[in-house]
Amino acid sequence: MSDHHPTGIKRWLFTTNHKDIGTLYLWFAFIMLLVGGSMAMVIRAELYQPGMQIVEPNFFNMMTTLHGLIMVFGAIMPAMVGFANWQVPMMIGAPDMALPRLNNWSFWILPFAATLLVAPMFMGGDFLQGQGPAFGWTFYEPLSGQYNKLAFFIFAVHLLGFSSIMGSINIIATIFNMRAPGMTLMKMPLFVWTWLITAFLLIAVMPVLAGAVTMMLTDKYFGTSFFDAAGGGDPVLFQHVFWFFGHPEVYIMILPAFGIISQIIPTFARKPLFGYASMVYATAAIAFLSFIVWAHHMFTVGMPVAGELYFTYATVMIAVPTAVKVFNWTATMWKGAMTFETPMLWAIGFVFMFTIGGFTGLMLGVAPTDFQYHDTYFVVAHFHYVLVTGALYAIIAGVYFWIPKWTGNMYNEKLGKLHFWLSTISVNVLFFPQHFVGLEGMPRRIPDYNPMFADWNMISSLGGFTFGASQILFLFIVIMTIKGGKKAEAKVWEGAEGLEWTIPSPAPYHTFETAPEIK
Amino acid sequence: MSASKTIKILSRLLCAALLFSPAIAFADYELNLAPGVTEVSQMQYDLHMLVLWICTVAGIGVFAVMIYSIISHRKSKGAQAAQFHESTTVEVIWTVIPFAILVAIAVPATSGLLMLESTDKADVNIKVTGIQWKWEYNYIDEDGVKFISQLPAAHRKASKLGSGEDVTTIENYLLEVDNPATADDLADGYIVVPEKKRVRLLITAKNVIHAWWVPALGVKRDAIPGYINESWFYAEERGIYRGQCAELCGKGHGFMPIVVKVVSQADYVSWISKQKGLASASAGEDSKTFTMAELMKRGEAVYNSSCAGCHQSTGEGITGAFPAIKGSKIATGNKAGHINIVKNGKPGTAMAAFGSQLSKADLAAVITFERNAFGNKKGDMVQPSDIK
Repeated sequence: MSDHHPTGIKRWLFTTNHKDIGTLYLWFAFIMLLVGGSMAMVIRAELYQPGMQIVEPNFFNMMTTLHGLIMVFGAIMPAMVGFANWQVPMMIGAPDMALPRLNNWSFWILPFAATLLVAPMFMGGDFLQGQGPAFGWTFYEPLSGQYNKLAFFIFAVHLLGFSSIMGSINIIATIFNMRAPGMTLMKMPLFVWTWLITAFLLIAVMPVLAGAVTMMLTDKYFGTSFFDAAGGGDPVLFQHVFWFFGHPEVYIMILPAFGIISQIIPTFARKPLFGYASMVYATAAIAFLSFIVWAHHMFTVGMPVAGELYFTYATVMIAVPTAVKVFNWTATMWKGAMTFETPMLWAIGFVFMFTIGGFTGLMLGVAPTDFQYHDTYFVVAHFHYVLVTGALYAIIAGVYFWIPKWTGNMYNEKLGKLHFWLSTISVNVLFFPQHFVGLEGMPRRIPDYNPMFADWNMISSLGGFTFGASQILFLFIVIMTIKGGKKAEAKVWEGAEGLEWTIPSPAPYHTFETAPEIK
Repeated sequence: MSASKTIKILSRLLCAALLFSPAIAFADYELNLAPGVTEVSQMQYDLHMLVLWICTVAGIGVFAVMIYSIISHRKSKGAQAAQFHESTTVEVIWTVIPFAILVAIAVPATSGLLMLESTDKADVNIKVTGIQWKWEYNYIDEDGVKFISQLPAAHRKASKLGSGEDVTTIENYLLEVDNPATADDLADGYIVVPEKKRVRLLITAKNVIHAWWVPALGVKRDAIPGYINESWFYAEERGIYRGQCAELCGKGHGFMPIVVKVVSQADYVSWISKQKGLASASAGEDSKTFTMAELMKRGEAVYNSSCAGCHQSTGEGITGAFPAIKGSKIATGNKAGHINIVKNGKPGTAMAAFGSQLSKADLAAVITFERNAFGNKKGDMVQPSDIK
């Protein structure tokens, strides 16, 4: 099998190969993780002590804004698409994605979108005063309307949306049309299932986000008043539209993570996934519920009490399918023959800490108490438990799990475990105390605070610096694995099941040119 | 390690944790929600503890099973993997149990929410307006009692980047307010309310969304331009309760505190009459004619408390965000244009309409100051009578 492809930069610019594009997505996500992570370091450095020491308040707001946007749209989502590109064709026995040129375009939009997002930081005015977007990743109107370089932000969001929608169309087309003979839907690996459902979520909500930013655009530059009360518009409308996108978006980031974990735990427990069908139904149930709970982000805006009751009931319902998932993972481990290689450690870390984030999510869903938690560090702690020790942990677990297949080399097990323990201890030092300062009354998104919050903030910052530094180790491990290491076998893990483990490591440039037969 | 040995170790760890629990209970105020001083805040606290305990018990249950499995069912101890992988009965059980628990949470949540949102008649009505970055309070039943409440100058100075001040020595740092019109007495910026009376808050905002939050009163409500949101509290105990803005509202978001002082009915009545006195004194000033020196002195003070946050104390503004006053076309142009922008603000920007925040005398003074400071040399004066 000879691989015809250009070399050098042209290989990457013009590639239509799902593995190359997967690699591009993953590296893009990694770079964005480091960029967004360094912004988090600025935030933690400023919050290390009360008083303003490092940056101006507006620069601080810009850091929280860009940190959130970059991590959500630049790191977590592209990393998940990277996994989909690499794994979905190999897991369903397809030679490539269904729409390879669209695939190329989906990726290459991203660097331009990211550039538009951060470029205003360096434009006009005093850099240290923060010239980039500084209105929070939720970009609530009318605050965002005050920003004088809003067009950059709006076009960045539009481009991100195009990319996501095209990527989703591709994933759905691939899964529906290119499964190997015998691979019925209910035989698909769970990772494929979770991405199928995620892709539908993306197609449903990205246009809603596009609508929101288009209304912002015409409000700012063409004299409309969708969100401007003085012109007869409604600032709360913005929040409804945003969260109708924003809540499913949360599940867009976590469902593929569920998929990765559901591949890893059975492998290292040497036991089939418990309740496969119920896992599929639970994923679909979570996806459905995600559309009907959005206003739980807005309990304090002054909704009618009937609305608040409805959104409370609907929100806490999400705990049911989520609990089913956690129980199924636990039951998969039960009476298995477990080993604890690095991917398994990250996966177990995920189950523990995502569960903590799930519990605080339940607490936040109960409206009367949310009036106290809302917009405090309790919320910050909650969503970092689900997104860092949830989504990011699953991504890292997935990298360790599949990198031998991608590169043909084993990663360094000792360093991988060190990476896990450093990260897991520091991430809890980082985020657990944020529950306490939140309950004590510290609002989120403030650059300076009363000294009563000082102790926990300092501890949280120390955890943050350690967690940040630990990810440099991850970069080092990944590069080392690409460069060399113990050769990986086709079936990398003793308990591995699935089509991707039937092909050699590294996976050849073209796989499954003849479809495998699934019995 | 056998299962029984594992359980022994776990129970020892639990004992150790219990041993330390008095210390944890002692440090309670630093770790947990405070019960507060209103029926609503106490309901929130109870509901919070209920859900927290449910989560804790459920968490310990799930984690215990996982930890047991991790310790016992490992290959290195010769465990053989079982091959069971589904059971409808089990799935039904662990779908129904969480559902039942949720119903148990939903019942108190519903009654709590109905109490929190009740709209019974109130004894005191206060209109609260969020402005970038201060609060305006208007006692709508007490004609003319209306004032601005903002972070005192000393806190603003200490919170400047690189101020070099040790903020831990400042009492109630960033949780203190004053009334810029009478900055000598901090308490003039406090919202004063009587104890054991129902206080209704009608909450709105000038140009962006803020949120009025005092944890001890159990009130957090968004202040939204174009909306008047309603909330209420009934304080059981006298005291001073502090909070701050809880919705990102721009660069001054962290510097928008709230202080509520709950006093006896008698003290409340005398406070109201003092406030009415202040209001009529300031109305008297609005018909006065000032000298240039008086206007400049007064104008500088107003500038520093109301304008310098954005336009900077040097009048140079921040390039790309807030325009300079120094050499500005407006401040060196005709009086009417200058008065117009200060009084009515500029929609779509952070420039607020100060006509409703400052007295005519203060407006006249600050406009005169801006026309004759920072190297601007118009030499003209604006008198309160010029402000229409």
